[in-house]
Amino acid sequence: MSIQTFIYKYKTLYGSLIILLTWYLLYWFINSPIIPSPFVTIIEFFSLLTDDLLLHILVSLYRIILAVVISLVLGISVGLFLGINDKYDAWISPMIYLLYPVPKIAFLPVLMILFGLGDTSKVMLVTIIIFFQILVTTRDSVKGLSRELFFSIKSLGANKLQVYQHLIIPAVLPKLLTALRISIGTSIAVLFFAENFATTHGIGYFIMDSWTRVDYVQMFAGIIAISLLGLILFKSIDIMENRLCKWIRLEKINE
Amino acid sequence: MITLKRLEMGYGKVNVLKDLNLDIKEQSTCAIIGPSGCGKSTLLYGIAGIMQPSSGQLLIHDQPVKENRKETGVILQHYGLLPWKTVWKNAALGLKLRGVPKQVIEEKVSDVLRKLHIYELRDKYPVQLSGGQRQRVAVARVLAIEPDLLLMDEPFSSLDAIARESLQDLLLNIFNNSKLTIVFVTHNIEEAVFLGQKIVIMDQGSKNISHVLKNDLFGDQTLRNKPDFYRLCTDVRHSLQEKTTSL
Repeated sequence: MSIQTFIYKYKTLYGSLIILLTWYLLYWFINSPIIPSPFVTIIEFFSLLTDDLLLHILVSLYRIILAVVISLVLGISVGLFLGINDKYDAWISPMIYLLYPVPKIAFLPVLMILFGLGDTSKVMLVTIIIFFQILVTTRDSVKGLSRELFFSIKSLGANKLQVYQHLIIPAVLPKLLTALRISIGTSIAVLFFAENFATTHGIGYFIMDSWTRVDYVQMFAGIIAISLLGLILFKSIDIMENRLCKWIRLEKINE
Repeated sequence: MITLKRLEMGYGKVNVLKDLNLDIKEQSTCAIIGPSGCGKSTLLYGIAGIMQPSSGQLLIHDQPVKENRKETGVILQHYGLLPWKTVWKNAALGLKLRGVPKQVIEEKVSDVLRKLHIYELRDKYPVQLSGGQRQRVAVARVLAIEPDLLLMDEPFSSLDAIARESLQDLLLNIFNNSKLTIVFVTHNIEEAVFLGQKIVIMDQGSKNISHVLKNDLFGDQTLRNKPDFYRLCTDVRHSLQEKTTSL
């Protein structure tokens, strides 16, 4: 097996090996407690997992998944509505364009005062971030559909519901998954920040707590955990894409 | 079958068609040809019920055309195939939308795919097909719903000459073996003469029909090899040029 096919077949394994190697080199050169040995960290990671690290990961995962579900439901409904009704889109898009680029994390203090210091404000923050991404993507991909496709499917006898089922939803789906992939990356970063405040659970809390206790091995074990969290989410989106949008892959090959 | 009386159609306040009269008999074919912008596609969209006339009458079997007439099959310029559905699912779509039982769909779709020689491609996606194959899928999808009227907007315009002629042959074959009425828009003179029993020539200036030719040569599969074919093509070309030069 050539290196090329190895990389192609085991992308994640290859990536992990290169990162571990770099990490080890840094540990070796810098020779300071701020970069602990990768092996010690990995052992620490597994022993912490049976302790309370798993709980922290699950709490963060729960917050993200809840936010994703809420923003999918809201973002898709509003996006479809605006994509189909040009008139309402003209009324509402100017506001969306102004709010879309604002870093939503700036509103964390407001959310905390309005929705309390607990889970709600954290989930709300992540929801707002993903919501805009989903909304804009859905709206744009509906607008990008050719009139001819609408005419064709209507002339075959489709009613409104069937137009959604056979035309609009399948057309939006692949772009939606791409948008989700991008926004989940952002939302992990933002959640990490939000979990520094007023909570004793979540991977963000765990990492910052280890830092303040100057336990760098634990801190790095937490960083491994957060990267695994991201990996799991990305891989699930990949699996959904392969299952639901087989045609997209063929399109890429044939172009 | 189709009757147009003093038909006017347009986009907003701009008239594209003005005071247009035309009759198309049942189980005949009609080619609509003219320069781009003469309103020939608009006319087809009107008959398809996709666009509404602004005044005048547009009747099919003496009934005003409404959206989604069940027995009308429409093939638009870029085929309108759904990229996320396989050949099979695209061809079965019309029947599925009508709630036809699965077993009947199974039978009818395999029949029509075999007839169009694309049965082997049933599990492929449109992106994996050539232009001619895609066009066959579009024809299959429409034939599966067993229409009495087939409307086509420049159906073969993006195909190479060989694929185009083989699809024209196929269409003539389908027409001869069924009870279809076919109306199609084209900018290709040979196509109009080969497939049009009646050839309607439209003109941009008057937003109306300039000539209607009756094509006695229609129906001959070997027509393209005969001198008469080229004579008629020349006639059509003259009628087209007559109007464009007078502008």
